[in-house]
Parts: sequence; structure tokens; C-alpha cells
Amino acid sequence: MASIPMEYGLLLAGTLFALGLIGVMVRRNIVFILMSLEIMLNATGLAFVTAGAKWAQADGQVMYLFILSMAAAEVAIGLALVLKLKRQFKTLDADAASRMHG
Amino acid sequence: MNAAFYIAAAVAVMSTVMVITRLNAIHALLYLIVSLLAVAVIFFMLGAAFAAALEVIIYAGAIMVLFVFVVMLLNLGLSATAQECQWLNLRAWVGPAILALILVGELAFIIARGALRAPAAGPVEPKQVGAALFGPYLLGVELVSLLLLAGMVGAYHLGREWGMENQRRGDEEIGEINI
Repeated sequence: MASIPMEYGLLLAGTLFALGLIGVMVRRNIVFILMSLEIMLNATGLAFVTAGAKWAQADGQVMYLFILSMAAAEVAIGLALVLKLKRQFKTLDADAASRMHG
Repeated sequence: MNAAFYIAAAVAVMSTVMVITRLNAIHALLYLIVSLLAVAVIFFMLGAAFAAALEVIIYAGAIMVLFVFVVMLLNLGLSATAQECQWLNLRAWVGPAILALILVGELAFIIARGALRAPAAGPVEPKQVGAALFGPYLLGVELVSLLLLAGMVGAYHLGREWGMENQRRGDEEIGEINI
């Protein structure tokens, strides 16, 4: 369909993944950390779909669907944990939950 | 046709940079939705229309909406923005940016060296994806449904508000049901 070389798609996926990684490492607010994780998951999905499009097989999109579902489940539980964190520590600082007990 | 890919890729990268640098959570989420839509455009250009539709409907349309709702539920306000301003100084960005740049440079080097110069081979129809999901990947689909069930149960349990005086009664109720 389009004559996009696969390397550019993979490079874009790598760039987005690296940006998500920077976001996870730099931000302290746990909502932003979860957002950066979503960026990384989306970048991985882009890599899979690019590879599937190269070989004209459905496997890339199937893997993308699985990644998407995993992201949905992870976001549900992650946000529930964020609500619990806010309720207990009254802050969204990821460093607040630094001890195992309580 | 290639120009469209570069424009969409530039939009995706720029909006992702905006996501990780914003102080307000809702602004960052809106930029993230833009980034997801740009990636969906790239999926369309690769011939993966099904993946593009899934990205828009599920990722941008359900997962991000859930994010927005929860962030609004958290009711962050101006104090949170001020706290973000305090946390985000320039020194915090240096280390992670260097490490991530090393990774991207490494990836670019590997890609440039390898023999990956073949263009995209053609569109993959949703029918093929459906046939693959009902055929070889059937077990994976069932496992995904189990995963979503686990996610739903976990989110329900974690989101339920046990009062301090109800804590033990809640545990006792669970004990009775198990017996």
C-alpha cells in the first residue's frame, strides 16, 4: 500500500519507547508514570504492526490486539492502585510509598 | 506518500514530548490522545486498518477516557500543578535523557546496518486478522479474556472503599462466603 521502509517505522517505535522511558524515569507523579508506561506499550504495538505489515501477515495485528488488551487490564488495576495510594498517603508522589509496611 | 508518514511521525514524537513535559495531568492526557491518533494514521498508511481502528476505538477511546475520568476523580487542582513545577527541574531530565538517547542511537545503528530495506508488502485485511484470531491464536484470545477478568476483579477489589470499622467485617464476610 505505502512504500514506507520498515526501518523508519521501527525507528519511530524506538523513539517513542525511549520517550516513554524518559517519562517513567523523570516524573514523580504516579499518574504520569502510568501515562509513560502507556506510551511505551503503544510504541511496542507500533513495532509489531510495522513488522506484520512488512510480511503482509495478520500476526502483527494479532499481537497488537493482545498488547492492547494487556494495556487495558494494566491500566484498570494501575488506576485502582493510584486511587488507593491517594486515599492512604494523601499525595500522588511515587516516593511516598517507599516502605513495605503501611 | 512518504511525506504523510513523516508528518504523522513528527506529530507523534512532538505530542509524546509534550506528554512527558506537561505539569497538568489532563493536558498531558490530551497530548497522549493526539499521539495515539498519529500512530493510528501511521497504521492506516501501513495497510493495517484493523489495528488503526482498534487503536482509535479502544486505546484512545476507552483506555485514555478511563485515565481522564480517574484523573478528574482525583481532583488534583492548582496545588498539584505547583508541586509538579517544583519536582520538574532541568537537572532531573539530564540522566534519563542521556540514557534514552544512547538506546535510540543504538537502535538506529542496528537498523541502519541490517538488511531491512524492503517496503511494506501490502495491506492486511481485517478478515485475515479475524481468521488468525479464530485459528492459530484461539488460545491466546482465551487467555486474554482471563487476563481481563483478572483485571476487572482486581480493580473492583482495589477500588472498593472499606471503612476502618468495616474492614474486619468485610474480611469476615469473605471468610463466610468461602466456607
